[in-house]
Amino acid sequence: MATAEATIQTPALAAPKTGIWSWITTVDHKRIGIMYGVTALFFFFVGGLEALLIRIQLAKPENAFVSADVFNQLFTMHGTTMIFLVGMPIAVAFFNYLVPLQIGARDVAFPRLNALSYWIYLFGALFLNASFLLGAAPNVGWFGYAPLTMNEFSPGLNVDFWSIGIQILGVASIMGGVNFITTIINLRAPGMTFMRMPLFTWTTFVTSFLIITALPVLGISLFFITFDRFYGTQFFNPAAGGQSVLWQHLFWIFGHPEVYILILPAFGIVSDVIPAHTRKPLFGYAMMVYSSVLIGFIGWGVWAHHMFGTGMGPIADAFFSISTLIIAIPTGVKVFNWLATMWGGAIRFTTPMLFCIGMVAFFTFGGISGVHHGVPPASLQQTDTYYVVAHFHYVLFGGLIMGIFAGLYHWWPKLTGRFLSERLGKLNFWLFVIGMNMTFFPMHVVGLLGMPRRVFTYPAELNLGHINMIITIGGFLTALGALVFAINVIRTFRKGERTTDPNPWGAHTLEWATTTPPQVYNFANLPVVRSREPMWDHPEEMLAQTTGEPKAPIHLPPPSYWPIFTAVGVILAMALMMTGKWWPPLIGAAWVGIGIINWAYEPID
Amino acid sequence: MSSSGRKLIPALALAFVAAFATGCAAENYPQSIFDPVTDLAVRVNDLFAGVFWWTMLVLAVVWIGLVFILIRYRDRPGAQPRKIYGSNIAEILWTLGPALIVISILVPTVRTIFYTYERPENPLLVEAVGHQWWWEFRYPELGITTANQLYLPAGKPIEVRLSSSDVVHNWWVPAFGGKRYNHPVTPVVDGAPTKKDYNVLYFTVDRPGEYPGQCAEFCGTSHALMRMLVVVQEPDEFEEWVERQRAPQVGLPAEFRTAEGEAPVGMAEVLARPAEELSLEAQGYQVFVRAGCAACHTIDGTSAVGVLGPNLTNVGARWTIGAGVMSNTRENMLSWVRNAPEHKPDVKMTPFTHLSDSELDALAAYLVSLK
Repeated sequence: MATAEATIQTPALAAPKTGIWSWITTVDHKRIGIMYGVTALFFFFVGGLEALLIRIQLAKPENAFVSADVFNQLFTMHGTTMIFLVGMPIAVAFFNYLVPLQIGARDVAFPRLNALSYWIYLFGALFLNASFLLGAAPNVGWFGYAPLTMNEFSPGLNVDFWSIGIQILGVASIMGGVNFITTIINLRAPGMTFMRMPLFTWTTFVTSFLIITALPVLGISLFFITFDRFYGTQFFNPAAGGQSVLWQHLFWIFGHPEVYILILPAFGIVSDVIPAHTRKPLFGYAMMVYSSVLIGFIGWGVWAHHMFGTGMGPIADAFFSISTLIIAIPTGVKVFNWLATMWGGAIRFTTPMLFCIGMVAFFTFGGISGVHHGVPPASLQQTDTYYVVAHFHYVLFGGLIMGIFAGLYHWWPKLTGRFLSERLGKLNFWLFVIGMNMTFFPMHVVGLLGMPRRVFTYPAELNLGHINMIITIGGFLTALGALVFAINVIRTFRKGERTTDPNPWGAHTLEWATTTPPQVYNFANLPVVRSREPMWDHPEEMLAQTTGEPKAPIHLPPPSYWPIFTAVGVILAMALMMTGKWWPPLIGAAWVGIGIINWAYEPID
Repeated sequence: MSSSGRKLIPALALAFVAAFATGCAAENYPQSIFDPVTDLAVRVNDLFAGVFWWTMLVLAVVWIGLVFILIRYRDRPGAQPRKIYGSNIAEILWTLGPALIVISILVPTVRTIFYTYERPENPLLVEAVGHQWWWEFRYPELGITTANQLYLPAGKPIEVRLSSSDVVHNWWVPAFGGKRYNHPVTPVVDGAPTKKDYNVLYFTVDRPGEYPGQCAEFCGTSHALMRMLVVVQEPDEFEEWVERQRAPQVGLPAEFRTAEGEAPVGMAEVLARPAEELSLEAQGYQVFVRAGCAACHTIDGTSAVGVLGPNLTNVGARWTIGAGVMSNTRENMLSWVRNAPEHKPDVKMTPFTHLSDSELDALAAYLVSLK
């Protein structure tokens, strides 16, 4: 489309758009979204492998497939990977790709900051996994309770990798949060009021606020650990007046909003995908928005339900039980609204729709065991057992992962101009459903039959071997489903069914008012939005504005290597803390300084 | 959805219920929560059952609704879905309904919460101190300390005070109804007591029996191997056990005991006695003295008062060695002492490979004789 390109002002965009250098210096939200997605999916397989190794060890009682220490590293890294290297980044992949398109913008508010977030994530992920090369991967559980994380009890590098690695990833998340809040507030197309934004953009907005407020709490807590380990502070040392409970409060004040950070994007995805595949508008749009915001707020008041075994006393137990059960209400309201959306619709059982159905069914199931945990006396039996492992895997695999896969299959044709195979997609779905239920349902049982969490083995006398074997087989079936997805992706690139249809599913939101795949500038002209469902209410009008000839020159942010340069500095500053001396991190800080100054003065035409 | 898909969901539902029902025959599962033997456990299970059925109602509404919708509203040629954007009545109903269920759950919940913190009259006091990776049990009123195997009387209220000497542990005997964390104690400063340096569980065990448990908070390498057994006895049997534990010179082999009123035998004299005169157990006691076990261990009635490791006064009566690692036999005891880290990764007990096989054998014989 030579005419369109001639009107793009940015000279650097005349440069080749292929090749590694173009990806390294990209500031295009679509490319950054793809990089986040590819990296997160890669780590999904890494975390999955860790899970399979765990399950092989636990398939039989008193097994010796891996040693206790290796097992402890595996379960710690499985959790850390799935939460920080998969769950959060895959959501950011979607935020990145979709939000500017959904609100009618050409990019995010801070394109270079966006790239910086990605590179920090990538380098942080590599740093964390580099610990395996030293045989010193984090081994204290993903929530590392003090004082186990102190030098006295964890003298090796494991906890250093953990406290520094997660700190790095937190920095990336916070930058992303700031970016998306600014983008959503400032860059909406004319007519795109807040109450016309797609639900996915709304959940991105709420999630971003949670990120910028919760991640700093984690960051500070991790600094307390790092300083206790390296610089002699005594925050968590009981002998010096510190308290183990302090860590638990600090961590879970972050940790509970964190789980809403994980699940809200999936809620948003499913809210936007279901209407397209049922040809019916989202039921109760306003309630869906308000409930998301309410969950964001109330989510700050429930953290100590992770601590019902800590012995906080009856008043605290009762308060947090009440707040926890209250937050179940707006969450349940969403489930009913999704059902009501499907009611009276014309449901097409496409792969995206199947994953949405799975999400609604299994997230609800996970929510039920969550309510059980919210009852402190009952929780005294459930806590720290496999009952909890069952709960959070139902909400995270059944909820988050199914929601993500719904999104992947739904938006894949828009991103790539090809459909993922429906046959392989359905096989992927059913393997996940059967595998996931076979893996995580029996965990409820085995937990209540006396199996605690994080045990590298269990005695034969407990008679839990058969159930554990079933769980392990289920795990492999689930992994098979993931493999089928990988095959689907590869096959699609070779010979997937192609499309240039801007709106192959007949969806309602603005990202479908673009060419397939979208042009680098997203919209030839920014659309003037007149309704909440622009692509159902005035599709031709939208497409006429957004595709075809740009009426005015388009200015796009030019590529830049300062984000990746600065990211290297951030990693250096953090990683050099491992030396235990105060001055090496300053080298990294200086590097970051150089990066930022050059970035600030970089010409942006 | 294909017809096979439609049959799958009811099949899964049936499997779900079957799995739940079959899973729970408690005799087969020693650490099951489903055979409650204390007042606490019965209260906890009753509350859980109530909550469980309320939530099953919600689940049934959602799942049955979902199945119905998927069948009734699947896409058909000519289907024209109406543009319905919402309904205030529906929103009110499905907010109010769950809210009422929440209130129904919260009332008994709050009552039971307070119950779990209520101290009974005159409980027997037990202190359960977690260590990496074994349990210390102290009876402050009785002057007894033991490890890993806890003896309790049936029918009497118990107060278990939970604390830790190192990291956070979690004391769990499923049959007793719950667990609470063992936090490391912040030491008393300048004589001022800390506000609370232990957690508590209160319960009365209604019948004698042996109830296994284990640590439930990840506490390091051998967290999975930090188990315990609670032996609940009839009150008179328990009194006999208490008397045996408190008998003077209880841990000393007969050959070294002195009469009441006489001074206890000194270490030099113990080591001076020729081995041929002594039983294997007594020779084992000599090894115990020579090898320096008293640096870490206490055996009541001897001069060994080490507190870094478990009290061994009745180690021969325990169901396992090493807090659940191996069954309690002489061969296993020998193997444990020779190289404990081989059996329990990162255990703090150093290997004693410098002791000869015959020394280890005698030592093991002595230790398993301590009942």
